[in-house]
This record gives sequence, C-alpha cells and structure tokens, in this order.
Amino acid sequence: MSILVDKNTRVVVQGITGRDGSFHARQMKLYGTKIVAGVTPGKGGESVDGIPVFNSVKEAVEKEKANTSVIYVPAKFAVDAIYEATDAGVKLIVCISEGVPANDMLKVYNYLKNTETRMVGPNSPGVITPEVSKVGIMPGHIHKKGNVGVVSRSGTLTYEVVYHLTSNDLGQSTCIGIGGDQIIGTNFIDCLSMFEKDPQTKAVVLIGEIGGTDEEEAAQFIKKNMKKPVVAFVAGRTAPPGKRMGHAGAIISGGSGTAKEKIEAFGKAKIKVASTPAEVATLIINELNKLKRKSTKKREKKPDVKKVKKVVRNKASAKSKKTKKTRKRR
Amino acid sequence: MKIHEYQAKDIFKRYGIPVQPGEVAESAEEAKNIAQRIGGPVMVKAQVHVGGRGKAGGIKYAKSPDDAYQYAQDILGMEIKGIPVKKVLITEAADISSEAYIGVIVDRKSKRPVVMVSPAGGIDIEEVAKKTPEKIFKLEVDPLLGLQTFQARDLGVKLYPEFKTAMKAADVIKKLYSAFMENDCSLAEINPFITTPDGEVWALDAKINIDDSGLPRHPEIEDLRDKGAEDPSELQAREADLSFVKLDGNIGCIVNGAGLAMATMDLVKHFGQEPANFLDIGGSSSPEKVLNAMRIILKDPNVKAVLFNIFGGITRCDDVANGIVQAVKELKPTVPIVVRLTGTNEDEARKILEEVNLTATSSMVDVVKKAIELSKG
Repeated sequence: MSILVDKNTRVVVQGITGRDGSFHARQMKLYGTKIVAGVTPGKGGESVDGIPVFNSVKEAVEKEKANTSVIYVPAKFAVDAIYEATDAGVKLIVCISEGVPANDMLKVYNYLKNTETRMVGPNSPGVITPEVSKVGIMPGHIHKKGNVGVVSRSGTLTYEVVYHLTSNDLGQSTCIGIGGDQIIGTNFIDCLSMFEKDPQTKAVVLIGEIGGTDEEEAAQFIKKNMKKPVVAFVAGRTAPPGKRMGHAGAIISGGSGTAKEKIEAFGKAKIKVASTPAEVATLIINELNKLKRKSTKKREKKPDVKKVKKVVRNKASAKSKKTKKTRKRR
Repeated sequence: MKIHEYQAKDIFKRYGIPVQPGEVAESAEEAKNIAQRIGGPVMVKAQVHVGGRGKAGGIKYAKSPDDAYQYAQDILGMEIKGIPVKKVLITEAADISSEAYIGVIVDRKSKRPVVMVSPAGGIDIEEVAKKTPEKIFKLEVDPLLGLQTFQARDLGVKLYPEFKTAMKAADVIKKLYSAFMENDCSLAEINPFITTPDGEVWALDAKINIDDSGLPRHPEIEDLRDKGAEDPSELQAREADLSFVKLDGNIGCIVNGAGLAMATMDLVKHFGQEPANFLDIGGSSSPEKVLNAMRIILKDPNVKAVLFNIFGGITRCDDVANGIVQAVKELKPTVPIVVRLTGTNEDEARKILEEVNLTATSSMVDVVKKAIELSKG
C-alpha cells in the first residue's frame, strides 16, 4: 500500500506538448508510471512518445480511463486546466505549475471542497510512490521503496532529505510535495491522516518552512491523532520578516509564521525536529528502533497469552529470537 | 509587491471609494503649488513602503501653502526606518469625528478572503488584535459567491450605531472587496476610515499589497512599481529572473530551489556564520542565470566566500558548472568559491569545473563548513 498514487494510477498529462510537459511525460513513463494520455487543446490525434494526445481531459478519461491528472501548463492556464480535470471527474490532480494567483486559488480550493477530486499543489514537485509510480518532476532514482512517508512544502529540499533517507537504507512509502504556495489543495494534515491509515507507512517525515500556520496545526494534529512517529524539519530559521523567500507562501508576515514558532510548536507536541537535512535520517532511525523494541516486547508476551495456537507461537518466538540477534550485533 | 498610498488611492477612486483630493509632489515647491490649488489646510504625507510614518514625523498638518512648503522640505530630506523619502502626498485635511478600520486579506487558515472591520481605527490593527481583540469583527467570505450586500451591511452596523453612516461604510466595504479580488491584492486596507462632523466618510489612508503571481495580468499595476524604493541588488536580480533577498552576512549562497536555499542559509548559521543572501536560481537554470547570480553576489563587499549548493533534478549540474566557469573567467572573483553538486549530470559537471581548478563536494554539510573556513581568510 501507499497513499495517493499506486499501480492503479492512470495519468493524463495536461500540457503534454509543451517543453516541460513532454520532457516529464517521458521521464514518468521511463520510471514506470502508467501515462495513458496527454491533453493539449488543438493537438488531439497527435502522440508524444507513443502517448495519445487528446483535445480535452474528458476524452482522456472516457477513452483511456485516466484517473489522475498532472498539470504542466503555464500558470495563466493552470486554473482552467484544474477546473477541466475536476469536471472530467479525475480523482487526483497534481498541479506542478508555479505562479497561480492566490485569489484564483481561493476559488479553486472552495470549489474542489465540494467535489470528489483532490488536488496536490499548485507549485508542487509531485507525488511519488517509489518503484511503482511517479507523478511529477522529482528525480526518480534517489527514491527507494520502503516504510517512511514524506510530506513537504518544498522541492529540492525534499530531494536532499530523501537522498539521506535512501543512503541510510530508509525507503519511502510515498513522498508528497504539497507545494510552496499560500493556498494549496492538500495540506500537511490531509497527508498525515492518510499516512496514519496506510499500513505500509511506519514513520513520517514532515518538511515545513516559514509562512502561515500549517506546521503548528500539523503539530496539534499529530499530538492528538497519530500513533506513528513523525520527524520534522523546518527551513527558514535565518529568513528575515516581510520578505518572500522564493516560494509565494514562504513569508513571515506581521511577525507570524517564523521558523522559531513552528519548531516550538513541534517541541510542545513532543515531535523531534532535525537541525539539518541529514539529521532527519538519524532521527527516523531512532524512532524506528524504538518501534522495533516495542513490537519485540509485544511479540515476546503474545505467545504466553495464546498458548493454544502452537504453530503461531513457534513462528513468533523464532522471529523474536532473530530480532534479539540483530540487536546484539548492533 | 507594495504600492504607495497615492497609487492605492487612485485604485480606490476607480471603485468609487471616497478619497480626498490630493496630488503627489517630489519637491517642496511642487508641494506648495498643490496646497495652493487645493486651498485651505492640507496634510503632507511621506510616501514610503513602511508603517509608522506618523510616529516617525512623516505626516504633518499644514495650515497654509507656506507651511506645506516647509514640511515637504523637512519630510523629503528624511529617512523613515532607513528608507529615504522621495515623494510626499498633499491632500485636503479632514475634520475627524471617528476613526475605524476596514481591511481585506487572503486568509491562509480558512482559505477564504477575510474582511475585517474595527471601530478602533487609526492605530496598527495588529496592536488592536493583541490588546482588544473583541473590537475586531471578521467575516470569512465564500470566494465563489463573493461578498453579499447583507454581509457588508452587518459589518457596517458593527462600525456605526447610526444606520445611515453604517450603510455608507457597507458600500465602501463592498467596493473594497471588489477592488481586492479584481486586482489580485493580498491585502487592501483603509486605516483610518473616518467620519466627519457633517456626516461624510473618507478613506483617509490606503494600503494595497499585490500578489506577485497576479502581476503578469495587471501590467498597469506593475508600472506602479517604485524601483527607487528597492534594494538595487534585488532589483537587478528580479530583472534577471532570480529569486533573491539581500542579507547582512558574509557567505554568499547560490542554490537551486527555495526550500534548499533556506536550509543552506540555516546551515551556515548552524555552523556559526551568517548568510549574505537568499538566492534561488530556479529549476531550469541556464549558465546565464548562474553568471547573473555571481554578478549580483560579488558586488556585495561583505561577501567573503561564495557557496553553490545544487541538487540536480530538472536542474542539470553541467549547466551550473558551465555558468560557474564562465563567471570565474569573466568576473575574476577575489573571494573563494566552493561547490556542492549532486544529481543529474554530476560527473560531466565535475570535469567542467576542473578547467578553473574547482573541485566539487557532494555533501551539503561539507560545502558549508568549507565556505565558512575559507571565508575567514
């Protein structure tokens, strides 16, 4: 299992004949993603790398059963593309386009709320379930299948963290870039609750940054609703107030949205905060080891309770012996 | 993007929000002429992109055109929070009987536009929010429906007990909301919104911030940009399509991606130094962009070392390396340059860098440590 994208994800690429769209359609296909269609109004009937191009998302859904859209169109066409995909009934929209006006997004967000469609982004690097499906622009090779969920407001910073996770043999269940804008379709809490329910995910990395209060709300949510361990990183400790730090959403305004406040909020919720991207991996290893110790204890107790099921008991004790051995070696 | 009060008032006027007659002056002589044209007492108001102008002495009441001349001369020479005043707005002075606040913002939490009103106007609204939050009334608007007349009426009534005045305020609230949505504002604010003894209402001040992402479809607003009010290096960066913020430290940072750029700055601080800037060269970075980035950073005399932190994805490391080589040859930097490259076309990039005797590390921590060490000379 994973969240948002899996082997059943059938992708339509909006803006497939553009520079970014065609490049990334190819990259996603090479990664193994089921790219079933592309859309560029006026170019229906053409094909890109063997992917059929349609004039509308509706056609792509009807003819190729696309259930996910990824949007690479320039910002000024992005809102229309989002509404079109929603109207065509795709379940998930991943909007890569950067520079969508916030006031447009206010409308989009409130419109999508009343539909079955979920949107990730805009200004998102995409969503990847390693070794299964990549919907976005992230470099696929740095990822590895595994048990760590990653949710982030950033692009390259996420790659940096994922790189450290993979180097430490910590594979990922799903990595989601929720986007660097002020108003985004899917926030930290949405992803955290999906990760909490996902059986593959054992621990979660949350990468936040200055601006807004999403991290503070996430901290509250984790404290109240999550059993799985979460490790956080917050970028922008050195950011000055009132300046937009690249991302439209990364701005300390009226003295609020500082990294300090966010780190304190995580601290209060007893969530570990890494001070460098590399440290994220170390903290995740610690959390996973804690879990192992807990589950080993549980397993050791279990056989005593259920003496009747002999076979199960033998298996369980064999497993716990194994764990003991590995622990000794460490 | 911020615009000045007089520019925001021009937008207000287009929407029928009552603003007093006034004109902008760049010299004391002009200020005097405008005051004469208006007739009667005027206000002389500094036009700068910072709050607290009044407290800093940037707003004066002038009884006569000669007074206006004198005050304009004083204010045009002064600096407010380090920013020199180059323009003053001369407007008719008003008789104030009450001061209120009306504002519209993009609320990230509710993901709706929020209209805020308060009968406690004339002072910083954040101050009111802290000390007397019960005096602020907020309304989350459904952006798909827009602000309804009854909602504006309800807000107007919160401001004024007298119905006729409340309706005048409601009308202004509706117009401000339209101006906010149609011009891609991230903030539109009237503080103070005043009543006069003879029952008139005026937007005495006007503040508008524009969402940068909305600017491409409002060229008329882009034209309002006060280039003189910006840091020259930030202006140069914007023209080169680089995302850049000037800071006061010694380590110049050139990074791809905003999050990684912030994390790099934080790491510089983590190891005991201060970053000289935030700079994101963006996704598809050409050698040209790198060259421009180096130009901007090397101009800063505080910079003692320049560090590159590139995580190649769409950004190709060889493109960046070509840019670095070109920059080293053209700009002949006197400060050390350290490079971290990892990802797409990393090996080609390393070969390219050999030409100018640079070796790239693949670790972010190492490159930051090295930059700090070399910056100490």
